[in-house]
Amino acid sequence: MPADLLDFEEPIAPLLKEIDALEGQPRTPECQQALEGLSRRVEAARGEIYAKLTPWQRVMVARHNNRPTVLDYVARLFTEFTEISGDRRFADDHAIVAGFALYKGTPVMIVGHHKGGGGDTKQKVYRNFGYAKPEGYRKSLRAMKLAEKFRRPVIAFIDTPAAYPGVESEERGISEAIAYNLREMAALDAPIVVVVHGEGGSGGALGIAIGDRVLMHEFAIYSVIPPEGCAAILWRDANRKVEAAEALKLTAPDLLGFEVIDEIVPEPVGGAHTDHDRAAALLDGPLSRTLEEVSAMDGAVRLEARYRKFRAMGSVGIAEP
Amino acid sequence: MAWFKKARKPMGSATAEKPSRVPEGLWVKCPGCSQILYNKDLEKNLSVCPKCAHHFRISAAERLRVLLDDGHWTEHDPNLVSNDPLRFTDTKRYRDRLRAMEDSTGMKDAVVVAAGRLDGIDVVVAAMEYAFIGGSMGVVVGEKIARAVELALERRQPVIIVSCSGGARMMEGVLSLMQMAKISAALARLDRAGVPFISVLTDPTTGGVTASFAMLGDLNVAEPRALIGFAGPRVIEQTIRQKLPEGFQRSEFLLEHGMLDLVVDRRELKGTLARALRFMGSGAAAVEPPVAAAAVTLPADDAR
Repeated sequence: MPADLLDFEEPIAPLLKEIDALEGQPRTPECQQALEGLSRRVEAARGEIYAKLTPWQRVMVARHNNRPTVLDYVARLFTEFTEISGDRRFADDHAIVAGFALYKGTPVMIVGHHKGGGGDTKQKVYRNFGYAKPEGYRKSLRAMKLAEKFRRPVIAFIDTPAAYPGVESEERGISEAIAYNLREMAALDAPIVVVVHGEGGSGGALGIAIGDRVLMHEFAIYSVIPPEGCAAILWRDANRKVEAAEALKLTAPDLLGFEVIDEIVPEPVGGAHTDHDRAAALLDGPLSRTLEEVSAMDGAVRLEARYRKFRAMGSVGIAEP
Repeated sequence: MAWFKKARKPMGSATAEKPSRVPEGLWVKCPGCSQILYNKDLEKNLSVCPKCAHHFRISAAERLRVLLDDGHWTEHDPNLVSNDPLRFTDTKRYRDRLRAMEDSTGMKDAVVVAAGRLDGIDVVVAAMEYAFIGGSMGVVVGEKIARAVELALERRQPVIIVSCSGGARMMEGVLSLMQMAKISAALARLDRAGVPFISVLTDPTTGGVTASFAMLGDLNVAEPRALIGFAGPRVIEQTIRQKLPEGFQRSEFLLEHGMLDLVVDRRELKGTLARALRFMGSGAAAVEPPVAAAAVTLPADDAR
């Protein structure tokens, strides 16, 4: 089975193998025809599998090694990207990328987690697997304050397993860094569009995910705790992650139902990891439309709407006295 | 009557290493110094060991009695209940857990919001209840605290949030996570309006509670030796594959690393808060200011 196939995609493996074998042969018309037939069958099989993914399977897709990173989207949708670094306090955190670029000719600020996906182990270590430390959140906020100062919108790309759970994170105040971002982003006088395109890992994700609109990719996940952690605590058995993933309601359709997100961004058949160009093209429409909407709003109106949006999340009942 | 009674194990939290709620027996053994204490004496001492100053965990109601004048307050939104948005079931139905909690604590969720006076100063206090699913924050806790902050803003009265929580409540999933955003957004408005917010962190304060309102106080004040952190100690140990040093993630550790303003003994807490609130311009009318000083104090609007 090819390394980047997930275990539930196994039915596709023999087809891919045949394609591989054919591709090594001289391109006769028959061969070409066979290839096209096989590709269609792969597409159809993928479509079938992806039409009924379980929540746990979605978790696996969201964490796929070839899932597009923030920089993959930047390379395809933005021009003149200039990365900026550092929190001016302690360090530069490579688990979060920040920088300015042009989006359809308009200057925007981009922040986003980067897990080192698609790269080798060295790349992943460099990115700390997307586990951001306090300096990552502080760098992000610094970038967003720049956007506010120069009246530019912010686009935040969310893809992290969690904030880094290590000693130095605690020493340097990971809680404070996230908390402060939550408060300041709520009041940041600049349009903010959030794109949850991979793993929305709890506070580590939320720390840069307050915005006027929250888009979420079809097979992305967004959760208060990873299913493994939830299973370990509530079932006392990390192997019950499949049930936990089910119970946590962490899929894009679930979140749309809860009104935690505003819109689902469609992915290529078989997930964004199968075709980065197509994935970017599918994001382009919703992103530009949304950005235009929130940019057109009056600042005070936008801030009030942002407040109302998060203020309304989750309904409560009233007990009989 | 039993001379010793074991404390019930608090449920549902990874951070509860050892329960330190005051047991209900006549005598109590202090987990700090092993001294045998007469329960009534302990209560009189605000549940702080007179011998070694170990702070026993106290309930939300006891907390309000410690802080508010004459043990008198008006409760807000006591009847809000979870409507189990995820229809969550693990080894037990969440609904059943909630019912069991309601029976054992007499509360509907893990926070009490009260308006009262602290040393004569009108305040809004939200006190979290650890006995209710580890003080975890779901939608009800988020909603009640957000309302408390909005009430404080409307009345221009200081708000004090006493945290005692394992973090976000898993059984309400991503909606629990969003409560962090909800409360922080309300606190942004309070901050911009110049209304004081003091965060009091008690044992334990971890996860999504720490990573939102608990760290956002104009002052962050903690009780001694409280466990305060983002990730639980066990998670960190698994990450770094090492034992954590003694005292890691305790109040004194956070003070040393610049995350807290003060670590205050419970017996001094009320007085400290009152001084802080007076500095912030609250309740200036309650203490008779000398005439000369009155001329340079705050505008009447802030001097309530």
